[in-house]
Amino acid sequence: MTVSAVASPPVVVTIGNPNTGKSTLFNALTGLRQKVGNYPGVTVEQVSGSARLGEREIRLVDVPGTYSLAATSPDEIIAVDVLAGDIVDLPPPAAVIVVVDATNLRRNLFLLTQVLEAAVPVVVALNMTDRLAATGVSLDHAELERRLGVPVVPIVAAEGRGIDDVRDAVAVQLDTPRIADLAINPRLDAAVAMLTKELAKDPLPARHLEVRRALIDVGGYAEQRLVARHGEAVRARLEALRSDIGSGRNLATLEARDRYSYIQGLLDGVEQRSEVTRERARDLADAVLNHPLSGTAIFVLVMALVFQAVFAWAGPLVDGIDYLTGACGEAATALLGNGLVGSFVADGVIAGVGSVVVFLPQILILFAFIIVLEDTGYMARAAFLMDRVMRGIGLSGQAFIPMLSSFACAVPGIMGTRIIANRHDRLATILAAPFMTCSARLPVYSLLIAAFVPDTRYAGGLLNLQGLVLLALYLLGILGAALTAWLVSRLYWRRPRSRFLLEMPPYRMPSLRAVLLKLLSRALIFLRRAGTIIFAVTIVIWMLASFPRAHAPTTAAVAAPPTLENSYLGRLGHGIAPLFAPLGWDWKVTAAVLASFPAREVVIAALGTIYAVDTEAEDGTTTLTGRIREARHPDGSLVYTLPMVLGLLIFYAYCLQCVSTVAVMRRETGTWRWPLVAWCYMTALGYGGAYVAYTAGNALLVA
Amino acid sequence: MSAALTALSPGQAGDICGFTSDDVQRLMEMGLVEGTTVEVLRYAPAGDPVEIRVMGYALSLRKAEAACILLDNVRPA
Repeated sequence: MTVSAVASPPVVVTIGNPNTGKSTLFNALTGLRQKVGNYPGVTVEQVSGSARLGEREIRLVDVPGTYSLAATSPDEIIAVDVLAGDIVDLPPPAAVIVVVDATNLRRNLFLLTQVLEAAVPVVVALNMTDRLAATGVSLDHAELERRLGVPVVPIVAAEGRGIDDVRDAVAVQLDTPRIADLAINPRLDAAVAMLTKELAKDPLPARHLEVRRALIDVGGYAEQRLVARHGEAVRARLEALRSDIGSGRNLATLEARDRYSYIQGLLDGVEQRSEVTRERARDLADAVLNHPLSGTAIFVLVMALVFQAVFAWAGPLVDGIDYLTGACGEAATALLGNGLVGSFVADGVIAGVGSVVVFLPQILILFAFIIVLEDTGYMARAAFLMDRVMRGIGLSGQAFIPMLSSFACAVPGIMGTRIIANRHDRLATILAAPFMTCSARLPVYSLLIAAFVPDTRYAGGLLNLQGLVLLALYLLGILGAALTAWLVSRLYWRRPRSRFLLEMPPYRMPSLRAVLLKLLSRALIFLRRAGTIIFAVTIVIWMLASFPRAHAPTTAAVAAPPTLENSYLGRLGHGIAPLFAPLGWDWKVTAAVLASFPAREVVIAALGTIYAVDTEAEDGTTTLTGRIREARHPDGSLVYTLPMVLGLLIFYAYCLQCVSTVAVMRRETGTWRWPLVAWCYMTALGYGGAYVAYTAGNALLVA
Repeated sequence: MSAALTALSPGQAGDICGFTSDDVQRLMEMGLVEGTTVEVLRYAPAGDPVEIRVMGYALSLRKAEAACILLDNVRPA
């Protein structure tokens, strides 16, 4: 075998407008052989997979959906970089599959013609051809293929029709070099060719595509990078060429005009639209769902349903996982005994990981709703309805989806902000997202509420105090998010005008397969987190609580650590306890909270470990709820008084105890500044809130 | 005789004849170029944003941005 025989497979890129079924085609081509990662150095998710074309293996890379190669958001910048072969570890594409929506060809061809200007083999996947008749459009795709000079393959990606034709067409194109001869604006083309040649003498050869974008998008990303690479002289050169081509007119305006008039000519005689036929069903649905009154009412109902589902439907599943964890722990103890190993497996590993996996049902239910609402096209309507309200606190309607996701977990929420093109809107959303009550806060809330808030019922049992307190905590989170977003928007009041330009996609029946695939990838991300960070933290806590051992283990009873107070965890808690004494916490609470800074849900496992280890010799109350109710200060007073518990709840509502969120903030903002600011700001808010609740609560109780 | 897009009521249409702002690259990329027919579909609660139909698809945009789009030949859709 020679080295060349194992050379990496050719890269084929899928690109297209949002809502064209691009991901569906990608999934159909790769099946489950895909992996989700990140483009190096940036935060844009890179979905890639391998696909077979007969004998050949290709590496298929999915580019985020985009309307144009004019790069303003991180997603669009990636699209240009991938096409230009400007990504580390990703060879330039050997072919590009452009996915277009057959029912909306005119706008879809805008991006296609931009891609065609790069000298790369192209296959056009003409998707949703089954909907043509319903939308009153008739298409002559053979004629379109002839005019474009690249294969146009009609497909129905959702039903898997035409996928093999795409494979065949790509296989042929891989071996067929293509020259870009679109000639939409010959003067611009000439200038691009000239400048590309001038710059080719430099070590980094700029590609045609980047030079073109640098010329057209004044002050844009492509220009900035070209200047960074080739020096300030390029800027002057660009300016000169621009005024030369545009004769004073804006090149971007010129591009759009020329391109659309070229598309007009391209489609003349290819596409027939009957003016009378409209999508009646869609119009009717939008008239109800996007109506100011009925739309808002339905929106509120949908949101209520989502939250009902997350809390009520998850119940039995949560109980099931709890039961399994308990049974595993008991089995481990029975098998391994009460010694060091048994305690490690039962109290450390199983209890720790189990306490985290228990959120999986809630996260999956929430994500299932989000995915279905997105795939049906309803999310765009929700954003349309919510934009005005969101703007009131300095966010855009597009921030609605990330904020909703943050109710499950801030990590996907923050990652979801990529769709927001405006930098400051995006930053405001990123900083506000961690305030939303994520599912990791839920077990903390559940434990403390169940233990300390009476189950008083009002309105004939319809409302209960525990539920109301939980609701108040959710509102507290939303309030924190709103305040933060508002502060950021005050800070950047001079920022460029923010945009809300959102396509309302046609309503579609989501495919079960697509929903399950996305759900699976979310579940894996979560479980990976549970298996790594949280697992590690749990073990560290267990070790800190179990060592140093005072005596040589002779019997099971002696093998237990003498007191928790003398353990490393106890000493650490004692050392820092004065800092948190103003909040009414003793060293045990302090130790548990400290342990949960990497991941807030760890506090349950930590409290479990601390109190279980502490009361090993005693008998009586066995549940964590019972134990914390009885916990006392050295002077005999109860630790968990109502003011202290309220303070603790507020602390968990506001404090940024999540390594994953900090890490994703660093990735998404590209600097440590914002995660640091967020961490300090949120910890200060949490401490301050807890202090106010504890002091004010005590003052009220005394009075 | 031209009118800003936001002066139209739902159900009215017109042809784009110009813009009152230079910052319209994004709008034009989305198909809002001169000569294109635009139909106002509806306004969100509080009258903002506005949903329009252009080139056979539906697009929503903020009132401030829609106000930069000038239409002539205003008629019932």
